[in-house]
Amino acid sequence: MAEKIKKRRTKKESLLLNMGPSHPAMHGTIRIMLELDGEKVLNSEVEIGYLHRGFEKTCENKTYFQVLPYTDRLNYVSPLINNTGYVMTIEKMLGIEIPERAKYIRTIMCEISRICDHLTCLAAMAMETGAFTVFLYMIKAREFLWDVLEQTTGARMTTSYIRIGGIKSDFPENYKQLIGKAVEETRKVLKDCHGLLTKNKIFLNRTRGVAVVSKEDAISYGFTGPCLRASGVYYDVRKAHPYLVYDQLDFEIPLGENGDNYDRYFVRMLEMEQSLRIIEQAVEKMPRGAIEIKNIEEILEPYKAIQSARVKRPTQNIKLSPNLEGTEKEKYPYILTDDKKYIIPPKEDTYTTITGLISHFKFFMKNHGIRPPKGEVYFSVEGANGELGFYIISDGTDKPYRLHLRAPCFHIMSALEMMIKGGYVADIIPTFGSINMIGGELDR
Amino acid sequence: MERETRKMKESKTIKILKEKFPKDILKFSAPFGDETLLIKKDSLIKIMKFLKENPELGYSLLLDITCVDYLGEKPRFELIYHIYSFRLNHRLRIKTRIDEKNPITESVISLWKNANWLEREVYDMFGIKFKNHPDLRRILMYDEFEGYPLRKDYPLRKRQPRLPGLE
Amino acid sequence: MKADFITTKLDYVLGWARKFSLFQYPFVTACCGMEYMAAACAHFDIDRFGAGLTRFSPRQADLLLVVGTVTQKLAPVLRKIYDQMTEPKWVIAIGACAVSGGIYNNYAVVQGIDKIIPVDVYIPGCPPRPEAILDALIKLQNKIQNQPQAWKWREKLGK
Repeated sequence: MAEKIKKRRTKKESLLLNMGPSHPAMHGTIRIMLELDGEKVLNSEVEIGYLHRGFEKTCENKTYFQVLPYTDRLNYVSPLINNTGYVMTIEKMLGIEIPERAKYIRTIMCEISRICDHLTCLAAMAMETGAFTVFLYMIKAREFLWDVLEQTTGARMTTSYIRIGGIKSDFPENYKQLIGKAVEETRKVLKDCHGLLTKNKIFLNRTRGVAVVSKEDAISYGFTGPCLRASGVYYDVRKAHPYLVYDQLDFEIPLGENGDNYDRYFVRMLEMEQSLRIIEQAVEKMPRGAIEIKNIEEILEPYKAIQSARVKRPTQNIKLSPNLEGTEKEKYPYILTDDKKYIIPPKEDTYTTITGLISHFKFFMKNHGIRPPKGEVYFSVEGANGELGFYIISDGTDKPYRLHLRAPCFHIMSALEMMIKGGYVADIIPTFGSINMIGGELDR
Repeated sequence: MERETRKMKESKTIKILKEKFPKDILKFSAPFGDETLLIKKDSLIKIMKFLKENPELGYSLLLDITCVDYLGEKPRFELIYHIYSFRLNHRLRIKTRIDEKNPITESVISLWKNANWLEREVYDMFGIKFKNHPDLRRILMYDEFEGYPLRKDYPLRKRQPRLPGLE
Repeated sequence: MKADFITTKLDYVLGWARKFSLFQYPFVTACCGMEYMAAACAHFDIDRFGAGLTRFSPRQADLLLVVGTVTQKLAPVLRKIYDQMTEPKWVIAIGACAVSGGIYNNYAVVQGIDKIIPVDVYIPGCPPRPEAILDALIKLQNKIQNQPQAWKWREKLGK
């Protein structure tokens, strides 16, 4: 490493500086070797791979259902978008349609995740330019959004909520109020942050005209997502290849002009507002789900249900564990596909009927479960960083023969050397913040 | 290699390519609706350049490069390129087969800059070399690492620790 | 007898002082970092427990938080950072990956950081909730309070 950069030294008195792998301002672990002339960056070399966790190889040894938790941990700031991407790739192979309500819920969840991702990115970027208040505010907004996720999915981050054939569970009863509150609080925070940053002279001086990426460069480096749009290219998977219900909702794609750090910041800010719009529309348009279950007194403990099922099938509802809330049998037609082969049977059936038990075992047994037809497929969704594509080859068994992820920030990171060249050392960190590197996705 | 192919209308790109390079295209298929071309290894650069620079097509975005190891088949490796055209709003998959004994092919870095890291990753994970690549070395794994982890004959749990006692 | 009294009292005072002024160095690699961020910010506020000051150099820190997966490539880096810290020092392993490798059992991931450095408190969870991180901090504070402290004249007194 060091020898290599030494050979490329352009000036005799230049200084070699090593940034990372564990650097406080690095989001994750990455190493940048810098060749400096005073404060100016002459050359640099980026080394990645410190978080290479063998995602692709591991997935080749897991069944299609077991891969799902691993996708959570790719872009860990917006796990639900990763889930959606993976699950929709499998659904494309299997050729299954999911209920309308599930599509809307997926859309809402994706947009909440996108806002969380942008908030985290901008919070870190603002902190690195010296605006610590913005960091605290934005993380506060993220907590409100995560409350919605937590109440719906049962987990804060790694949720595995989007399932093949639908979603894990329906929204809680008070979802309108919950989402309404989160949207309102996020709006407030966005307004505050606009006030703090957008016309702040210090912030403008630090970010405007820094690390400019032209249109041609952005395309040549394979940029997608907010970074590409900041350079002024109109490309968004949600508009180019609409999936879920994005073609039925009204939203705009904000574009930047110069492709500098400020544009990348501003495009993200505007995108969050559009995402809030999408969430509000989707909540309004969403078809109604199952009517809530009545007569709560007659709830049966699972072990009692299993006992009584040996004699006669119980008529009462069965008490499910709290983390299965929203997964009651009545809600299945609204959140999961009709095709029984690809979904886990409702717990009520598993406990009380023999067919339910058999289908439950068949779903999880080796060499059974989900087996897509032979062939290869590529499907992509608009992740928070750009086009998140899954390329999966199936050989007809229950495990993928090959699973490859098109990680958006891998492409963007490959341009980092070009972006920081000729700039100042102090600008490296905001530039690095503005492209939102996520280790799990970059190194897989 | 049996692949399910649905009958579907060929897009404009495929028509133009079939006219222009009748000998270089080995097979056309469209599994699950994704148009796929299997081409000869030597004509990769020629076809890619045409796809990128032809004003009617304009496949200017290289989405991805990856590789698949079909252990036991000959030739063993398959390189897969996904490209996208803003003009046609169309994705195209280009595939080419590479032999195990001579795993070397032409780099597309002259056409797309992100090919630099993508090809390094393929080299790192599969051991496929790229001609004319300026800086071909490991990217995700460390330099001491031996073998290529994503090949099918590399065991999942074979660790090569950098510190003692981590096996 | 007299010496014993002095050492225990001094240990107590030193422990009390040390447990409320933990300077932490977050070694953030992966997903758990997001929950660490949440724990450090306004909602959960790790500052309430006297560990709010993040030192961005291992030489000034006395608490190493290993947050996230440690891979084989990263193992020497973690070792180096631990070696750079001055005594007395403590380590918290946050998340299943740091504790045991978690769901990643393959060629790239170290199966638990305790094979590289000694660990005081393990936090399971993938990722652990911020409350769990705060709980671990309290547990570490108890440990610091009750452990014999290293101080200069200890050996002279024969203890």
